[in-house]
Amino acid sequence: MLSYFLRRLILVLPVAFGVSVICFLLVQIAPGDPLTAIMPVDATAEEQAAMRAAYGLDKPLPVQYGIWIANLAQGDMGRSIATGRPVAGEVFGAVQNSLLLAISAAVIAFPIGIFLGFLAGYFRDKPLDRVVTAISIAGVSVPNYWLGIVLVIIFSVSLGWLPSMGAGPGGSQDWAWDWLHMRHLILPAVTLAVVPIGIVARTVRALSGDILTMDFVQALYAKGMSRLDVLAHVARNAAATALSVMGLQLGYLLGGSILIETVFNWPGSGFLLSNAIFQRDLPLLQGTILVLALFFVAMNLIVDVVQAAIDPRIKRN
Amino acid sequence: MTEKLVDIRNLTVRFKGARTVYAINDLSLSLKQGETLALLGESGSGKSVTLKTLLRLLPPRRSEIEGEIRVNGTDVQALSGKALQSYRGGEVSMVFQDPGLALDPVYTVGAQIAEAVMRHKGLRKEEAISTAFDMLQRVHIPSPERRLRNYPHELSGGMRQRVMIALALACRPRLLLADEPTTALDATVQIQILLLLRDLQREFGMGVIFVTHDIGVAVEVSERIAVMYAGRIVEEGTTHEIINDPRHPYTRGLLAANLHDIARGERLNAIPGAPPALEEPPSGCSFAPRCPMAGPVCRAGVPDFVNLGPRRRVACLRVDPVPAE
Repeated sequence: MLSYFLRRLILVLPVAFGVSVICFLLVQIAPGDPLTAIMPVDATAEEQAAMRAAYGLDKPLPVQYGIWIANLAQGDMGRSIATGRPVAGEVFGAVQNSLLLAISAAVIAFPIGIFLGFLAGYFRDKPLDRVVTAISIAGVSVPNYWLGIVLVIIFSVSLGWLPSMGAGPGGSQDWAWDWLHMRHLILPAVTLAVVPIGIVARTVRALSGDILTMDFVQALYAKGMSRLDVLAHVARNAAATALSVMGLQLGYLLGGSILIETVFNWPGSGFLLSNAIFQRDLPLLQGTILVLALFFVAMNLIVDVVQAAIDPRIKRN
Repeated sequence: MTEKLVDIRNLTVRFKGARTVYAINDLSLSLKQGETLALLGESGSGKSVTLKTLLRLLPPRRSEIEGEIRVNGTDVQALSGKALQSYRGGEVSMVFQDPGLALDPVYTVGAQIAEAVMRHKGLRKEEAISTAFDMLQRVHIPSPERRLRNYPHELSGGMRQRVMIALALACRPRLLLADEPTTALDATVQIQILLLLRDLQREFGMGVIFVTHDIGVAVEVSERIAVMYAGRIVEEGTTHEIINDPRHPYTRGLLAANLHDIARGERLNAIPGAPPALEEPPSGCSFAPRCPMAGPVCRAGVPDFVNLGPRRRVACLRVDPVPAE
């Protein structure tokens, strides 16, 4: 198992390298000069050149990449052009907040999705299945930023039960584990959970429905197993595929919540990313994309390893 | 013990759906303790449905079952809940046609056998595993210790069927149902599995109902043969009687269609026509459309059994009750 993990890890390295190169180049090929945003309009050519040299933008690209990677290795992602603060601190703070939101959404979505999916798979083509299918199609189809706004109108504006902005009282950007802060998590987490509920429910429905028609299920009944025993077998058969879908969903939740974080003013990576884009804050953009992309790569690695650990049919050597 | 192990009376099974399928029509069958019976017939003749009815494995909503089924005195139709669970696998167990599909792919072989043993014998895990080990030895699996920890896909087809047999016999059932257990296997492996089943039957003394479409297999394993056609038994007798003195035209056709004694280039003696679709209840002899001897009387009503001796019967109007010789 350990050797399998190490081999997967080695396979991940070229992917990580590719991700870093793309992150680096994406910003280079983006139109517009980042310096124009911070330089006064009447800056002389010399002043511009000096600034360019100060940020290392005058060196050849491979050298810039080398410096960038060397700095990255020391946890230095450069300084934000807009705020002048270190990118690493900004990104990690934001990613932490996003991770909190993503995991909360996953904690809501996965059990509900699994439960609904099992229900639909077990009662396939019965009315209950149709209800679940309708729910999951609605979950996947409804634009979640719109749903977020609707929830804000209902629970924040009309009922006044839950706050709509920020991660803490008064729209605070700092997180703490108390009710005052957790109240702020509820609406964005629920909104974000809707899509994965649909996707997980559909996946589990298809998996469990198919597994239930397999011969070994009848063989299990034939050897005297109860319904519950059989469901345990079905769950274990479905687990590998279901977990991989859920792992990737977690990745999407982390990186794909830009709209939700904007709607709820949640101080996460998506929020940071949209700010960085609008301000042409290249180091910040680079750092955020890199961290999110690497997180996705890591998520894939974890999914692969976990899948191999629970499904004996996947060759480990 | 003279009591019948299996006693099926007037069993009728219909599948409802877009079209009703008359799968089993008024079938009666009995099996003594420790006896081996082959249910012989072509695909769709109702052999497997009969086995599944015995284990109550048919989907309850879609199937309509009439008649009486007693196994060792228990009314199988009346079982439910815990009693049904301990009947399945405890009293009666089943070896399926394709062991590659009938074993759970993500559980080890040992765990799957142990699971059944724990359920029926109330043993702890370690004891159940050692029972599983013992069973793997009895079905002659080499290095059973290691095989316990293997998953089904890591074993060959023949090995998997041995595991399936070990699983079926681990709880010492009184009745073993074998649903074409060698059909999915290579010819050489088939013979090994048949011999193994025969040896284990002698060792454990359970009754066996062996479903097959292969007359050669039936001869190899069984003492008695019941020939099925279109959801009914058309002829029953000892293996010797069926092979040497077949009375029903269908049985004769089956024997004649055998590949033995056919010279190269010679035409096979296939039975002309195809079996009926079973979409309506039989109004006459189901074999009449394909039967060389059939007359109007055969189509007029379902033929009753003619008893030719104790436990020797044939459902044909054209049969001569006196033996030919």
